Amino acid sequence: MSRDYLDFEQPIIELEEKIEELRLVGNGSELNLTEEINRLLTKSRNLTESIFSSLKPWDIARVARHPKRPYTLDYISHIFTDFDELHGDRQFGDDPAIVGGIARLDGMPVMVIGHQKGRDTKQKIYRNFGMPKPEGYRKARRLMEMAERFRLPLFTFIDTPGAYPGIDAEERGQSEAIARNLAVMSHLAVPVITTVIGEGGSGGALAIGVCDRLLMLEYATYSVISPEGCASILWKSAEFAAEAAEAMGITADRLSALGLVDQIIPEPLGGAHRDVAFMAANLKAALLDHYQQLAVLSVEQLLDERYQRLTQYTN
Amino acid sequence: MSSWLDKIMPGMGSVAGAKKANVPEGLWVKCPKCQAALYLPELEKSLYVCSKCDHHLRISARQRLNWLLDEDDRVELAEDLAPLDRYRFRDTRKYRDRLHDAMRESGEKDALVVMHGKVEGVSLVAAAFEFGFMGGSMGAVVGEKFFQAANFCLLHKTPLVCFSASGGARMQEAIVSLMQMSKTAAVLEQMRRKRLPYISVLTDPVFGGVSASLAMLGDINLAEPNALVGFAGPRVIEQTVRETLPAGFQRSEFLLTHGFVDMIVHRKNMRAKLSSLLRKLS
Repeated sequence: MSRDYLDFEQPIIELEEKIEELRLVGNGSELNLTEEINRLLTKSRNLTESIFSSLKPWDIARVARHPKRPYTLDYISHIFTDFDELHGDRQFGDDPAIVGGIARLDGMPVMVIGHQKGRDTKQKIYRNFGMPKPEGYRKARRLMEMAERFRLPLFTFIDTPGAYPGIDAEERGQSEAIARNLAVMSHLAVPVITTVIGEGGSGGALAIGVCDRLLMLEYATYSVISPEGCASILWKSAEFAAEAAEAMGITADRLSALGLVDQIIPEPLGGAHRDVAFMAANLKAALLDHYQQLAVLSVEQLLDERYQRLTQYTN
Repeated sequence: MSSWLDKIMPGMGSVAGAKKANVPEGLWVKCPKCQAALYLPELEKSLYVCSKCDHHLRISARQRLNWLLDEDDRVELAEDLAPLDRYRFRDTRKYRDRLHDAMRESGEKDALVVMHGKVEGVSLVAAAFEFGFMGGSMGAVVGEKFFQAANFCLLHKTPLVCFSASGGARMQEAIVSLMQMSKTAAVLEQMRRKRLPYISVLTDPVFGGVSASLAMLGDINLAEPNALVGFAGPRVIEQTVRETLPAGFQRSEFLLTHGFVDMIVHRKNMRAKLSSLLRKLS
């Protein structure tokens, strides 16, 4: 079993490995294995379709946290050009769990901010598993306000288990940092388009996600508390995470039904990690489309519509 | 009540002065901090502050507003709003049943009570969280009542004071509860832009989605002595960092030292302090 893949992906991976072996054999010999390879490719595609069409919310949560899933910097390099990363909150430090900077989208200058997770152990620790501290949120706020000053549309990418629960984070005012971002974003005078690319973990996600348009990748999740957190409180054990995931409705489908999500971005067969370029192209097209719809609004209209959107969530 | 709250924050599940409080039958109450036996009629006179150790006991939202506001010209706002279980949330119990119990135990329809009135003659809107209602958790009704409170302020050009006491967002309302954070922050931003004062008073305890939205956004943030206030609960932090938390961690005094509250105000001085502050700001 490969540790890079989830249990329900294993049969697909095994089949792909077999295809790869046949290809290697076929290349070096007179045997014509094309027919057999094609047969297995079809089988692999059908198998993937059948597995991914019946994923439960908890399975989707695991795809959203997949070790090979593309992160913010992967999307930045595929979707934007000329990215200059900007660092630091000018008050305390620089938080690697949030990245941001100015870039171009189809030539147009824009501001980009997103949570950043690490791929290997060293990077995971460096990025604090994508859990920002107050200085991360304050860096984000600094960049948001800069975007407003220079009239750059803001694109944010959500992918965090949540804000970091630590002693230093509390000392530096985690609550205040998040709360302030919510207030500032509610009245930021540029279009804000947010995409949940992986995990949308609670207030730590929302703190860069108050927006005019909310997009979600097909296998991303967004919730008020992690399924494990919810389960350990309400079911008294994290083992009931699957039940909690089901009850909270954390998937793009369910959130779209509530009217929270403007567009679900389809992922390639087997999830975003199976074809990052394809995923990024899909997302880029959607980002441009939504930006064009927002760009025609006056600042007043934009802020009015955002305010309606933010305050509509009632009983 | 609220065994799930006890799980994240030990000893968090009780409110004095609520309809069903942790008051034993009879006229004596034990101080949860120093264990002194306190005579109930005396305790009421001292606004539920322990005469021995000065501990500020938890009190109900209605009790708090009752003490705060001048007796004349009080009007409750949005009092009919009650929660609907639109998504039929169910964990080990139905959300509907939890709501039913919370209503019966607290006598409130949800976890926020809002009134328009005066404090020492200063006109204002005052909101108070009912911790006895599902740990003061914020769902759609709390968010909407807070929104309407602020809208009343915007319309009538009055200041807003909010006493928070909450475990955070209400999980049983899932993503809708998360969205109350941006909703309350957005209406407070409108007040800020209209130069209407907002004073946030942190009372024991304030955590999670309430702490990270309306409670930290005051023009002035006050705290009652020794209130426990933070983003993540102490137990979650302990499990994450695997070290013992420093003494006084996340208490009002800690917040004052780290620059997140302006002052700590004793309950008996709250009325005078609020009216003094608001007279200078409006």
